[in-house]
Amino acid sequence: MNISLVTDRTASNESARMASPLAIRGMTVSYGQNPAVFSVDVTVRAGAMTAIVGPNGAGKSTLLKATLQVIKPLAGTVSVFGKPLAQMRDRIAYVPQRASVDWDFPTRVIDVVLMGMYRQLGLLGRVRRHHHEAAMASLTRVGMADFATRQIGQLSGGQQQRVFLARALAQEADIYVLDEPFAGVDAATEKAIIAVLKELRDAGRTVLAVHHDLVTVPEYFDDVVLLNTQVVAAGPVAEVFTDANLQATYGGRLTTARIDPESVAG
Amino acid sequence: MMGVEFVALSLTPILIGVCVAVACALPGNFLLLRRQALIGDAISHVVLPGIVVAFLLTGVVATGSMLLGAAGAAVLSVIAIDLIRRLGRIEAGAAMGVVFTAMFAGGVLLLERSDTSSVHLDVEHALFGNLESLIWLDARGWSSLLDPAALSGLPVELPRMAVALVVVTAFLWLFWRPLALSTFDEGFARGLGMPTGPLGLALVVVSAIAAVAAFDAVGSIIVIAMFICPPAAARMMTNRLGHQMVWSAAFAAFSAIIGYVLAGYGPIWIGASASVSAAGMIATVSGVILGVAAVAGPHRAKAS
Amino acid sequence: MLADALLLQLGYNATLVTIGACLLGIAAGVAGTFLFLRKRALVSDAISHATLPGVGLAFILMVGMGGDGRSLFGLLVGAGFSAAIGLLCVHWLTTRTRLGEDAAIGAVLSVFFGFGIVILTVIQTMNAGRQAGLEGFLLGSTAGMLRGDAILLAVSATLVLLLVLILRRPLELAAFDPGYAQATGWSMGRIDLAMMGIVLVVTVVGLKVVGLILIVALLIVPAVTARFWTERAGHVVIIAGFVGGVSGYVGAAISAIAPALPTGPIVVLVGFTMFLVSLLLSPGRGVLASVLMHWRYQRRVHMRQGLLALAQGQPIFETLTHRLLRRAGLILPDGVPTSDGQAAAAKALLDETRWSIVRADQSFAAAATRYDGLTAIETVLTPDQLNEVDARIKAPEVVT
Repeated sequence: MNISLVTDRTASNESARMASPLAIRGMTVSYGQNPAVFSVDVTVRAGAMTAIVGPNGAGKSTLLKATLQVIKPLAGTVSVFGKPLAQMRDRIAYVPQRASVDWDFPTRVIDVVLMGMYRQLGLLGRVRRHHHEAAMASLTRVGMADFATRQIGQLSGGQQQRVFLARALAQEADIYVLDEPFAGVDAATEKAIIAVLKELRDAGRTVLAVHHDLVTVPEYFDDVVLLNTQVVAAGPVAEVFTDANLQATYGGRLTTARIDPESVAG
Repeated sequence: MMGVEFVALSLTPILIGVCVAVACALPGNFLLLRRQALIGDAISHVVLPGIVVAFLLTGVVATGSMLLGAAGAAVLSVIAIDLIRRLGRIEAGAAMGVVFTAMFAGGVLLLERSDTSSVHLDVEHALFGNLESLIWLDARGWSSLLDPAALSGLPVELPRMAVALVVVTAFLWLFWRPLALSTFDEGFARGLGMPTGPLGLALVVVSAIAAVAAFDAVGSIIVIAMFICPPAAARMMTNRLGHQMVWSAAFAAFSAIIGYVLAGYGPIWIGASASVSAAGMIATVSGVILGVAAVAGPHRAKAS
Repeated sequence: MLADALLLQLGYNATLVTIGACLLGIAAGVAGTFLFLRKRALVSDAISHATLPGVGLAFILMVGMGGDGRSLFGLLVGAGFSAAIGLLCVHWLTTRTRLGEDAAIGAVLSVFFGFGIVILTVIQTMNAGRQAGLEGFLLGSTAGMLRGDAILLAVSATLVLLLVLILRRPLELAAFDPGYAQATGWSMGRIDLAMMGIVLVVTVVGLKVVGLILIVALLIVPAVTARFWTERAGHVVIIAGFVGGVSGYVGAAISAIAPALPTGPIVVLVGFTMFLVSLLLSPGRGVLASVLMHWRYQRRVHMRQGLLALAQGQPIFETLTHRLLRRAGLILPDGVPTSDGQAAAAKALLDETRWSIVRADQSFAAAATRYDGLTAIETVLTPDQLNEVDARIKAPEVVT
């Protein structure tokens, strides 16, 4: 059985890390005394679509949030193109879990997308025509242009997810980090989202997504990180996405993992 | 009613009432959307111990030190609530209930034990204030509004409250975008590198400034009512945040004016002799507005 | 003086009041626990503030009917009525509009209280109103209570406590295991209604003792305090009852010797003192214990990660890690491991490798759940199992 040791800590990986659009090193997050994520190293390949896969409670979302400093890690550093995250935030677009916000918030679809342009607009910058046009263009890409003036509470789950993606697109970032983008969305939305992500990849952007459906991993993604508190294996799907590695990641839970409740949750 | 007597006796209380109402209602919108509506309640309770401690430390009733004391108490309470919530893994509401009741109780006992009889600090004043007493003795009619000598005799609460309103408005205008973003989607805001923690604290501090400035003039009951009722009613009138702010300010101002007039003149109209509490009446009117909005507001129910 | 008060030596009325406050405190602590566990603690704040218009209107009504309006029983009945209306308003606003419960609570408490103040100012203009003493309902006043009122308090507090004890079973079920309660045929709506009814009665009975502004503390503080001492839900109820009882008893006793001070704040501060001690010193959840634990844990994590980095010939980036390893004499200032450091690093790496095998193998599923990145594997596996694991490690991987 081939088990890669903890992580890729060899010195030769250091240069790969410096060049990587997103390199996570020694990331440890704990809630109380139990580590949700322990000593994780991930080096994301530029211009690839990478999935983070693992059983429920494996720390997938936690790893993502800690990477973007949305939550505070116990230890760990993150570099973006070899520089500290703090200097490079505008290169990253983050799509949080859809369920993490209150969709009853009094705002319209177009306003949500404009929120993504906060860096361009600044504190008091006026929304000019070109901002508006860029926001509309993002909505068009996800097929939501007709909904621009709808109140967000009126959207279906899939439509909400598309709006979130449009908001990320409006940021015009190099790296797109998505937390469960396909959780509870309809089939048409899933297709639309994956098409947009592949367009991004083909334009040289990097995509990192938490994903829960093992079946679609080979179809959607180039690279995969198998996570269960620690990284079990990481690399190109063809090499890493093996039965042995999946067994090692999911342990006895592989059968249940295939009917992950998150995938059927509304 | 609209003559000399009105300008001298009713104009300044009404203006002060309007400033208080709007200054509290505006940040109240964000508190409401953040599910922190009761922070306004907590703040207005802890203002009392803050002011009492500031008075005991300095020995004088000065706006500056009282403002500092009250704002300090507000920040302390918010930190304490957060600490209890995290350590005990206790629901925010319960943590809040522990902190503000204890601080209010401490404030009351300090007040009763210490010699504050020389200054107008007492529990009932803290609760209901005395809006009716803030009259403009130097006024000789509407023309006094242009008379510098008469203007200098304005009750100090009016300029103080006006300044508080300006501070609140300026803060909300300046940080409109970060506030809206971090209220809607805190995770995304943090992903942008936005300091959402300090921003949330700043919102609480600004709310506290409004509460403290208002407290002295009108007591805490209007403050709590204005933090919650106008924004809640406004939420049911529109689905857009900007419009909600405007509605809430309008409802707040309307409550203040109608509430004051009803309190001062209502009993006379129905044949009674004396007036009733303006603070209480303003809160009552805001409740009636909320009730009407809850029954008939175009956006009173959730979309789904 | 205080000793006399605590030993119930201050006369019949004061004794009745103190015992009544104690019973009320127990009832409030227990009832408040259910409220707290249902995450609806502050509903009681709306209920208590909503009593004020009822007190005022009951006074006016009683005066209108020719009495002096000061009958405690009549005032409390009025309080109960308007509190019930306030509770209905909260319920209606939460279910029929888009407002959250927090906003509904705030709106009801401020508007009802404001309206109550309007009525109090009306009463002040009445001839009978000048000595109405209704201010005592704001912050509580038990000192110098009339005989009849003291008896009313003691009896009603006893009744409330009995009511709480009778309804304890379904309330516990609803608070700890709503799913089971529903599955066994309890209606959550009914149980919630019963809970709110009890809270309402506790509030009304407590008005004269703690006052309507602070009675919410008597319901919340005991439950929150208890939460710091136990993880078992059943124990929370008992401890909360104890904390509530002590608050009421000691608070009323102190109030008896300090008649100038309102009773409510004293009761609340007695309870709060117990809370504060729990917050700071309780084992497990207390501030002191938590800070210590987090501090130790963070150091263990950094140490472990540092050793793993050393074992794999990696530089150490985080300053805290560097400092800890230095202080333990495991590395030199330039980051080069000492011989102790090398040994410790090799041990850590071996441990981690063994763990990764254990975690990958289903037959070790039970042991794998013990993994936290820090526990030494020898403490989890038997020597035989260790040998089995070691047999699977390819020698070269361990030393690189």
